Amino acid sequence: MNTSSEENLQPTTPAPAAKSRRTFLFKLSLLVNAAVGALVGVPFLGYLLGPALEKGSRYNSWISLGALTQFPEGETRLVDYRNPVTTPWDGETGNVACWVRRISGRQFQVFAINCAHLGCPVRWFAQSKLFLCPCHGGAYYADGSRASGPPPRGLFEYKHKISGGQLMISAGQMPTLATEACLKKPLIQLDPAPKRPSCQS
Amino acid sequence: MSKLRQRGIEVYDWIERRLGLAKPIVEAAEHPIPASSASWWYVFGSAAMVLLGLQVVTGILLALVYTPSAGEAWNSLQFLNNHITLGWLLRAIHGWGSNFMIAIVLIHMVQVFLFGAYKFPRELTWMIGVMLLLLTLGMAFTGQVLRFDQDAYWGLGIGASVTSRVPLIGQQLVHALLGGPIIGGATLSRFFALHVFVIPGILLLSVGLHVLMVLRLGINEWPMPGRLVRKATYEREYHELIRKDGIPFTPDAAWKDALFAAAIMLAVLACAFFFGPFGPTGPPDPTIIQTSPKPDFAFLWIYAVLAFLPPDLETPFLLIAPVILIGALLLLPIVAGEGEKHWSRRPVAVLMVACIAVTLGVFTRLGTYTPWSPIMNAWTGDPVPVAYLRKRTPLERRGAVVLQNKQCRDCHSLGGSGGLRGPALDSIAARMTEDQIIRQVLQGGGNMPSYGNALNPAETTALVHFLLTLRGKDLPPAVDASQHLTNRVPRD
Repeated sequence: MNTSSEENLQPTTPAPAAKSRRTFLFKLSLLVNAAVGALVGVPFLGYLLGPALEKGSRYNSWISLGALTQFPEGETRLVDYRNPVTTPWDGETGNVACWVRRISGRQFQVFAINCAHLGCPVRWFAQSKLFLCPCHGGAYYADGSRASGPPPRGLFEYKHKISGGQLMISAGQMPTLATEACLKKPLIQLDPAPKRPSCQS
Repeated sequence: MSKLRQRGIEVYDWIERRLGLAKPIVEAAEHPIPASSASWWYVFGSAAMVLLGLQVVTGILLALVYTPSAGEAWNSLQFLNNHITLGWLLRAIHGWGSNFMIAIVLIHMVQVFLFGAYKFPRELTWMIGVMLLLLTLGMAFTGQVLRFDQDAYWGLGIGASVTSRVPLIGQQLVHALLGGPIIGGATLSRFFALHVFVIPGILLLSVGLHVLMVLRLGINEWPMPGRLVRKATYEREYHELIRKDGIPFTPDAAWKDALFAAAIMLAVLACAFFFGPFGPTGPPDPTIIQTSPKPDFAFLWIYAVLAFLPPDLETPFLLIAPVILIGALLLLPIVAGEGEKHWSRRPVAVLMVACIAVTLGVFTRLGTYTPWSPIMNAWTGDPVPVAYLRKRTPLERRGAVVLQNKQCRDCHSLGGSGGLRGPALDSIAARMTEDQIIRQVLQGGGNMPSYGNALNPAETTALVHFLLTLRGKDLPPAVDASQHLTNRVPRD
């Protein structure tokens, strides 16, 4: 009984006319399904890849790090800011830290906290004038250039400007090797920093 | 009593007539296996499956309390640890269960490899097994992210940094991974969806296929040296073996699986009870930079490898090596689908396992104490040994102060304490002359930054004079071999 019904399902016996029509309808239904499936898939993909399709620079905007008077000349200080793009449920992850170096007067350098190697937070050591990374031992000089270790480049620098007595930086996204944050040429350690106003606008 | 029993059988029959599942299940449980395969070596696969079940149950229980929101996740973990009855134990079981699962899956894989079980006709079973290993590791990584603490936050940073190295679409990939421009709420939600829905769904489906294929093709027979696998004859030989000395899996072999699974569950419970849950460490606040992020145990070896790659090689290595590694694992049964199964006749296979195990072991060990990382507080925390300061001139002692103050100790050790990034300085003057030390300090080189800008001449002089006193246990001072030649007064 069971085997005979299975045999009936085998596409060996049906009349050619019926077969061609049903086969055609079946193929048509598959085609319709594929088309509708693709159509439904578009919003799925768009939703999923939305953050990636956004142009990276659109996340950036100018924010203030505080009055110039907060930054003593010749010193490098840790400054926190709230990322311009956040949601209320980001909590403390929406806060970002950066290193502000006031070389002199109106000359600044603002470095991302993230090591250029793998993004770990670098720490400034004023006595040895080095940034050190806790993860794999990357080291950078005071001007952000690579000193030693695995980083392929110097520290990421924010674009900055001074407006109304405030130090402003262009921030918004996590700096990575793909964002190429402010690196015009390989940094040379002996170059005096003021000669490289690449991140100053 | 017998009437009640009769009634029970009737209910069972009623259901079974409609469902029809009991028969195939019983048949699967009693499927014949080679008597030689009823071995303690064949218990790891089922143990991994039991652990997966444990992870699913504990995972669902944790999801009752856990809040997948970047602002609240860390607090909800603290709440689980401290305020929910037995919450700490559930977290501990889930965490230890994860570690055990990775270990058992790896042991299972090694056993299958050494017993040649991946050969014809079980190639696809092996390939799905490779996927299962990757999915297990994927669960471990996403799970580590859900423990939304400092390590999770900076672990995501490492993930994003690695992703950013992909050419052309690096930035887009990073934003797709993070769900936005920074690590935040969207990132955690993405990883929550991966850890709770996507990966477990694929994992359970793949486990189903994996087990189905084991049942369909039969469990691998105990390999015998000299009994070669040939595609033309293997299946006939296997069926002959089953016919001659096959035994039902249940109960003849299943008791070993059951006992081992019970032992593993007990071990997980014991570890969870005595060692407690993992973290969370500090809150995921990127403005707290006093942290030394570290991945979980299973990924320590990768963390270590990343410390040793030359900068120019790193991106190609990161993008190409995983493809080769996974490709090799997947293609193994296609390349070596026939031939000898027994490990005693496969020296290359045994050597490979040994090499991979030693490599993973060494890198993992290095990852536990990260000798490449500066010890950030060694300069204030680790004193100069008193013996190194006795009978020293004021200038030399001043040099010791410079050594501490300029953070040299963060990378260099004295008397066994301090960083391991650079060489220990206890006998530096026995290896380097004064000129060499001055050059090394001021210009750097090797793996050392130059300190020319961080030291004034007086500090440099003091530091070098102190370093020249460090000659271990009275080793002779280093000399420039050409010194007496250059200083020699020419004869006549």
